[in-house]
Amino acid sequence: MTDSSSPGAATLRQAEAGGLDPIVDQIRKARVAERRRFRLIFVVTWTIVIGVVVGALFAAGKIDVGFLAKWYEYILGGVYITILVSVASIAVAVVFALFGALGRLSSVAPVYALATLYVSLVRGTPLIVQILFIYLALPQLIPATASIPVLLLGIFALAFNYGAYMTEIFRAGIQAIPRGQIEAAGALGMTGPQTMRRVILPQAIRIVIPAIGNDFIAMIKDSALVSIITVQELLWRAQRVGQSNFRSLETLLVAALVYWVLTIAFSIVQERLEKRMAESDRRI
Amino acid sequence: MTSPIHDPYAKPGALTPAGAEPIVRLEAIEKYFGTNHVLRGCTLEVYPRETICLIGRSGSGKSTLLRCTNFLEEPTVGTVEVDGLRVEADPLHARSTDHREKIRQIRQRAQMVFQEFNLFPHMKVIDNLIEGPIRVKGIARDQAVATAEKYLAKVGLSEKRDEYPARLSGGQKQRVAIARALTMEPRVLLFDEPTSALDPTLVGEVITVMEELAHEGATMIVVTHEMQFARESADRVYFIEEGTFVEVGPPEQVLDSPRDERTQRFLSRFLVAPATKPAPTGPSADELFREQTGHLPLH
Repeated sequence: MTDSSSPGAATLRQAEAGGLDPIVDQIRKARVAERRRFRLIFVVTWTIVIGVVVGALFAAGKIDVGFLAKWYEYILGGVYITILVSVASIAVAVVFALFGALGRLSSVAPVYALATLYVSLVRGTPLIVQILFIYLALPQLIPATASIPVLLLGIFALAFNYGAYMTEIFRAGIQAIPRGQIEAAGALGMTGPQTMRRVILPQAIRIVIPAIGNDFIAMIKDSALVSIITVQELLWRAQRVGQSNFRSLETLLVAALVYWVLTIAFSIVQERLEKRMAESDRRI
Repeated sequence: MTSPIHDPYAKPGALTPAGAEPIVRLEAIEKYFGTNHVLRGCTLEVYPRETICLIGRSGSGKSTLLRCTNFLEEPTVGTVEVDGLRVEADPLHARSTDHREKIRQIRQRAQMVFQEFNLFPHMKVIDNLIEGPIRVKGIARDQAVATAEKYLAKVGLSEKRDEYPARLSGGQKQRVAIARALTMEPRVLLFDEPTSALDPTLVGEVITVMEELAHEGATMIVVTHEMQFARESADRVYFIEEGTFVEVGPPEQVLDSPRDERTQRFLSRFLVAPATKPAPTGPSADELFREQTGHLPLH
């Protein structure tokens, strides 16, 4: 590689010794400075806009600071429920999606039909209708369901809905595995289910993880919908305090702000995760 | 059961133990892809410890025939026998449990090495090797690891034991793939153009491993364009065109003095295998090279 007689090696040595034309270094420094200025302007713009809006609200006396001080702890207590609902729902949705995807890829007619029915039905009706149906209509059909805690009903409804959307993501992930992988497993003598468990799914999961992350962020926001069936999460608490005191401006602002912060936080986590996975893909 | 159809060209190879029966029989294999008639009655027998090369232009059906041997393609008509296990083509009932179980038995006995390696990218080299023995043959992990390490050493990659496939060169990947097939301890190895996806500089290391296997008496069916390998290692060469065997015989006959005009035309494209070569008067260039250097020329 380092053949000292070749002209390329000479250039390389020169570069290592920092002996390149000074213009190269100047260009690099200019690029770094420009990037820094861009980021600074970004932060300043956000600060100004948000500062002006919040400042104006306070200045106009529209925000009752005393009221917020009294209730913010109770409202923020809902964050814990919001995250619990989101995490549990996405986890259960992954299970629904896995079975949904296997069904959508099945060559057994009734299995394929059922999986397709699930996806079509869920995607063809509003989430809010599904939540209300499980809360209000289901006990009419099966009275025993009336005693199930609303938290579980809410988690089930969200998971059932997201599972249908994620079914298609999982199906695409499974189909993205090269045919040669399946042939190699088959040629070893592995059965269909072994091939799925040992070869296809471990690779498909890696493909769909970024999509699951996106869905989780969407789930944080959609989890607000279960407030309608009295799950005492962030929005429900904000609504309850706000409406009974005619102070919805304050409480909804707090709720919105918290959702926003949560989604930004998880987006950053998601980005990091994807970057790490991309790196390990380079390795693997 | 129909009575067996025999390959008129097959005869026990130099390393075949006396009295041994063929270990692979392909009897009158026909294959249609839709209405495209790809294989038109191929009959082939391989004796234990023989190396057989299938040559022919792309689209001639040579890979399809190999893939029919382990039922990666279900033959339309015909019978496959591997190590005494006979399976008749049954495309209408290809999904039946019974048929699939028989195919799995055949696949364990006839391990395939693919053109594109097809290593499992999410598993380390060692895990690629022990996956089949553990999951398919039900061998204990310790024992599978010991076997795997033995074959990894054989292909010269012991130090790559804990690497992921993406960290290996193409030639190393293919050698791992060969070790993976060997770790299953099959009765016969099927090679589907094992060097065609490789950078030319990496072909040699894979061919060297294959030659070693052939000379040690592994039973191999090799689909290849490496005429040098066929000449060195094959007991018989089958030249296939449009789904039928046009010319079959020992390599010096098929490669060096082909009788059929189609074989001559095909071989004329390979510089290493002149279609008409004068009768050898002394040691060949390869033999001289080997005498001087102690190994075969890399390709």
